[in-house]
Amino acid sequence: MWDYTDTVTEHFENPRNVGEIENADGVGDVGSLACGDALKLMLKIENDRIVDAKFKTFGCASAIASSSALTEMIKGMTITDAEKITNEDIADFLGGLPKEKMHCSVMGREALEAALADYRGVALPKAEGEVVCECFGVTDLEVVRAINDSHLRSVEEITNFTKAGGGCGKCEGRLQELLNKTVSDGLRVVPLKKSSQRMTTLQKIKKIEDVLEREIRPGLRMDGGDIELIDVEGDFVTVSLRGQCTSCFKSQTTIKDFVEKKLREQVLDSLVVEEDK
Amino acid sequence: MKERQDQVIYLDNNATTQVAPEVLDAMMPYLTDLYGNPSSMHTFGGQVGGALNKARSQVAGFIGCDSEEIIFTSCGTESDSTAILSALRAAPERRHIVTTRVEHPAVKNLCENIGSMTGTKYRVTMLKVDEDGMVDMNDYLEALTEDTAVVSIMWANNETGVILPIEEMARLAKERGIAFHTDAVQAAGKIPIDLASLDVDYLSMSGHKLHAPKGIGILYVRRGTPFAPFLAGGHQEHGRRAGTENVASIVGLGRACQLAQEKMVEENSRVKALRDKLEAGLLSSVPRALLNGHRLERLPNTTNISFEYVEGEAILLHMNRHRICASSGSACTSGSLEPSHVLRAMGVPFTAAHGSIRFSLSVYNTEEEIDFVLEKMPQIIAQLRQMSPFWPGD
Repeated sequence: MWDYTDTVTEHFENPRNVGEIENADGVGDVGSLACGDALKLMLKIENDRIVDAKFKTFGCASAIASSSALTEMIKGMTITDAEKITNEDIADFLGGLPKEKMHCSVMGREALEAALADYRGVALPKAEGEVVCECFGVTDLEVVRAINDSHLRSVEEITNFTKAGGGCGKCEGRLQELLNKTVSDGLRVVPLKKSSQRMTTLQKIKKIEDVLEREIRPGLRMDGGDIELIDVEGDFVTVSLRGQCTSCFKSQTTIKDFVEKKLREQVLDSLVVEEDK
Repeated sequence: MKERQDQVIYLDNNATTQVAPEVLDAMMPYLTDLYGNPSSMHTFGGQVGGALNKARSQVAGFIGCDSEEIIFTSCGTESDSTAILSALRAAPERRHIVTTRVEHPAVKNLCENIGSMTGTKYRVTMLKVDEDGMVDMNDYLEALTEDTAVVSIMWANNETGVILPIEEMARLAKERGIAFHTDAVQAAGKIPIDLASLDVDYLSMSGHKLHAPKGIGILYVRRGTPFAPFLAGGHQEHGRRAGTENVASIVGLGRACQLAQEKMVEENSRVKALRDKLEAGLLSSVPRALLNGHRLERLPNTTNISFEYVEGEAILLHMNRHRICASSGSACTSGSLEPSHVLRAMGVPFTAAHGSIRFSLSVYNTEEEIDFVLEKMPQIIAQLRQMSPFWPGD
């Protein structure tokens, strides 16, 4: 069970401003049924001030509470002030959200942005980005923005805030790149948990070759041997020992205790190294 | 505290069950005075061994096997891992596993990670299911090859209650000399199991799904089936499962099996009637509500219903306000971002999967409780639909 604050529970149970505004001045529609949450925000704007806000939400308790909180926050605000609202502000209003649910507050901010853009008749910056996560349709610009706004430092956090990477997980490598690029030098980036398990075979091969060349071949060559990478399939790495190694009675030890150990340390801890006979 | 407990309407019995009062009574002496270790040489410890024997024969009687074929474990998951890994070790030359896409994570995650778990490469066939959650027998037959080391297929699905034709599947595996394991954690206590008339080699069961406590499980291993222990250690369970016996829970499980046997008829008549009333009531009083899973080939206590255009966690939390307990296959309740793998395997559209609710009953449920749920659910769904941007209106 989620550890929701009393404010979240209260807004979920008694959501404010549910409904629609006829002839709304700005409408923001974000999310989808497939994603598991969606928010339609409608604004009535007079003299650049939000005089009314209503919403409809499909989603979990925190999505409903975030929507309710957002409408309470922006009612009576000038659009200039409303533009400054971040997802963190929405979460703070609710006394915090579980980290896995932060994307609900992001959805609130996105709906507000979309509604204000609609009011102004301008396109959303979101459309300009390139889709990184196809499962949830998240663009690189959205990811970079979340990294900056919420000081994200791991791919797991990016998933919690934007949902990117939460489906098939194929984009986790790309998210890590965006994170590395966005976070300025000198800051420590928390390495992605299980990141490498999402590596493509090509990435794996490249990394394995690097480690073989740098860490393993020099040692084997000193004994007159060598090693060749034959195949990589999932976690299974097939190698072939050459030269003196082929006749060495310790070859199985070399493979398991040396090659496999190094590759597990430096590439992926689930790798299994087998000898091609 | 007792009073509050009584107010809960507990329709989440596929998640866990209440410990039966009779079970607790049977256990109490072993949590208090009779705390000896059955392996001890003194009478004080040794007398506890008799209780283990009794429990073992109660379990054996319940599933139609011999006492010596029962191993007590810590949970269903341990039983599943032990059985599958044991079968693989018994046939090292075979490198193929057959299972389904709707297995419990205990089997699914093991099979998906079997390569890194064993250090050996395996081909894993995960059989697809149709929209009713059933496996096509032709697909199953095609999947069985000379290279197949083990088949592991659940007897009944935890999310939908759909019952798979284990008798037939086990027979076909046996004919081809392939070891057959079934996870019967949900089936046990709800439908009769008679291993004497089946070709099942390994069967897993869990105590806390049939009114015994959490932390106790059973693995049945047919006599003569090759077996490799999962844990290294002492000689307990005839060397098949090391670790000092969980005496009180074993005694409780024995009693629970006896009770389940006595209540099997009630489960399949009164409980089933309550389930049917709940299901029919919800499907007729709530528009755009859909049943997930085969209508007939199903456990008597389970119904899984999707309420379109609303989300499961929100439904559950509103139910929670009325102290009604159930589960959902929605993404938000799983902690992941995708809805239940079982419903997705059945091709339930996302629109419906996110709003799925599983109700699972037990012999402790009453008609008043079902009436109360039938009164509250339409309001809850209507209230959430009122605020759903996708709801097209009644």
